[in-house]
Amino acid sequence: MGVIVDTFRGAFALLVGLDANLLEIVALSLQVSLSAVAIATALALPLGAAIAVSKFRGRQTVIVILNALMGLPPVVVGLVVYLMLSRAGPLGDLGLLFTPSAMVIAQTILILPIIAALARQAVEDAWREYQEQLRSLGAGGWTAALTLVWDIRFSLLTAVLAGLGRAAAEVGAVMIVGGNIDGVTRVMTTTIALETSKGDLPLALGLGVILVTLVLLLNAGAYTLKEAAQRRYG
Amino acid sequence: MDLRRRALLAAVALAAAAAATPAAAQQKFITVASTTSTEQSGLFKHLLPLFEKQTGITVRVVSVGTGQALDMGRRGDADVVFVHDPAAEKKFVDEGSGVNYKQVMYNDFVLIGPKSDPAKIAGGKDILAALKKVEGAKAPFVSRADKSGTHAAELRYWKSAGIDIATQKGPWYKETGSGMGPALNTASSMGGYILADRGTWLSFKNRGDLAILVEGDQKLFNQYGIMLVNPAKHAHVKQDLGNAFIDWVVSPAGQKAIAEYKIGGEQLFFPNYKSG
Amino acid sequence: MGEEPMRAPTSLLPLRLEEVSFVAAGKTIIDRVSLALENGPRTIILGPNGAGKSVLMRLCHGLLAPTSGRIEWAARERPGERRRQAMVFQRPVMLRRSAIANVVYALKLAGVPRAERQAQARRALESVGLAHLAGGSARVLSGGEQQRLALARAWALRPEVLFLDEPTASLDPSAAAEVERIILAIRDAGTKIVMSTHNLGQARRLGDEILFLNQGRVVERAPVDRFFDQPAAAEAAAFIKGELPWT
Repeated sequence: MGVIVDTFRGAFALLVGLDANLLEIVALSLQVSLSAVAIATALALPLGAAIAVSKFRGRQTVIVILNALMGLPPVVVGLVVYLMLSRAGPLGDLGLLFTPSAMVIAQTILILPIIAALARQAVEDAWREYQEQLRSLGAGGWTAALTLVWDIRFSLLTAVLAGLGRAAAEVGAVMIVGGNIDGVTRVMTTTIALETSKGDLPLALGLGVILVTLVLLLNAGAYTLKEAAQRRYG
Repeated sequence: MDLRRRALLAAVALAAAAAATPAAAQQKFITVASTTSTEQSGLFKHLLPLFEKQTGITVRVVSVGTGQALDMGRRGDADVVFVHDPAAEKKFVDEGSGVNYKQVMYNDFVLIGPKSDPAKIAGGKDILAALKKVEGAKAPFVSRADKSGTHAAELRYWKSAGIDIATQKGPWYKETGSGMGPALNTASSMGGYILADRGTWLSFKNRGDLAILVEGDQKLFNQYGIMLVNPAKHAHVKQDLGNAFIDWVVSPAGQKAIAEYKIGGEQLFFPNYKSG
Repeated sequence: MGEEPMRAPTSLLPLRLEEVSFVAAGKTIIDRVSLALENGPRTIILGPNGAGKSVLMRLCHGLLAPTSGRIEWAARERPGERRRQAMVFQRPVMLRRSAIANVVYALKLAGVPRAERQAQARRALESVGLAHLAGGSARVLSGGEQQRLALARAWALRPEVLFLDEPTASLDPSAAAEVERIILAIRDAGTKIVMSTHNLGQARRLGDEILFLNQGRVVERAPVDRFFDQPAAAEAAAFIKGELPWT
């Protein structure tokens, strides 16, 4: 019980004190995860939509694999990206290891299947409703896919939020490719891991509370947006 | 639709650009692979600002176990390696992976355990005798088992105590495969014995029922070494900046800074660089 | 609106079906149908539920491919060119945008230059009496309004052939009457109408010729008056009297 009270008191104190170090860590967390979400969404939505509206051999297999990739373990993604970006690896000359860019890359890879798989499902459901009309008007392939994506954009927000949630929450990938370097690649999740390993559990929990609150706020904002749009467009 | 797609691509490009660290190109910095004991004891937080103030060079520390730090050096993912396992360090230098190798400071290990002390070793000054008692009592013992300097030292002590831990371990011997902090968390929650470096212990906040039971044995002395990753093997290594760091650490100013670092009035690291 | 449909050098019509069959999940839905649809008469495809009217319409429009047999238009529609046929479904499908934007979308697909799209869309909405709802969301319109919007969208394309699959089946009588008026106007502007229905009164009101479909076969084809006064086939007579079992 005492730990829990200490935790919330500590979290509150951190926030009120607007600890400069904490702000830096929060800002970096948002920068990395939001960047990853932006890039992954730009790639995943067209991919998911394309699979949803196309017929091709092995389609079912592709869908199964895509769904399975939603469960990619972050630490495995981190390890693979580390091996790619390491100086001893194929992309070593880019010098990206232990930088926020490496973290963005790793998180993008991690969440791309999530957004794509969920988008595919949503677009496929919509395709069933719109297919005949769109084909009748002469929209096929890419045109139809992108029209659908735009039309169900607020439902797709859910897929994007799922990706954001995963990115903001994971520690395995960013720890390995970022190195948790103080002031450079230290984000909320890696800080929580570090403080836990130093035995400073109240501080770690406090940071956890802040992280969860941030994600909650982002979700609430998106939900409000979705509801408003639903009312307007039907 | 075309317009929207173009706008989307523009947003992607912007995001990618924003995510890249623009400062990295301009700032002078080196990447140092070091151990969790130096990071978590707070030594670097004390040392590095002093070095940066004097030279303008930022030091980016990646804290992993000794084994992983040396591996990072071999891969060329760091400029400087700063660890505490003289045998492994020698191998690293002999194989040509490291140059400009210097032994710079020591701290000591302590044997931590529950105050209830089932193996009855408290107050002892002989690490080998203490470990024999722990094994004899089959008391819970937490090992980091992660190829760190601390783990390497622990294995050396078992061997010197005449115990072949690989074959003689039982359910009482818990191998966590983790850093010092997480291992201490484990020991704290199960009331187990654990070998730790004094620095991490002093800054560890989740002690529970644990306390230092054995210390002061000469054998518990833990030597740290620093070296530059061989630029002949990895052309991109920042040798000037890296050597500047090494030179500073062994300089009177650096050695003094190491000695001045204290937790609760207690000095953790003892500079012992001897030139020549 | 009164604008003539776009006619390429060669007309799409006549449309010929030769021994067309459609089998799905082991059931034969269209059974060796052969017919030709000529330009001119308003063709009504009449029949009970389950006769295969919807499938036949979709085969003609190209949404389904026949299991066997041939479907051939007099002129070939090439992909990428504007469509010269359009279809209105029983339940209209609108995009989540304004009413006028839905029409503009169709015009864009048809390759109408950007500068002309708004004006043409507005004219289309005026001709179906929806100009006052142009800027509002399409999906919040009533069923009747959405169907009129679907007609405006199809008409804006100035198709040579307009397929309508039971367009008033989901509407109340006054909305249905509005829709029928619009269909007649489209026909008067020169578009060939092919419409399916199971409503006898509607068939009589709107049709020039009746294609009576039962269990996937064209059982009778006759001008509207002769069909209703002297149906040649027994099933047709039974249907008119209301005696055919609803499969």
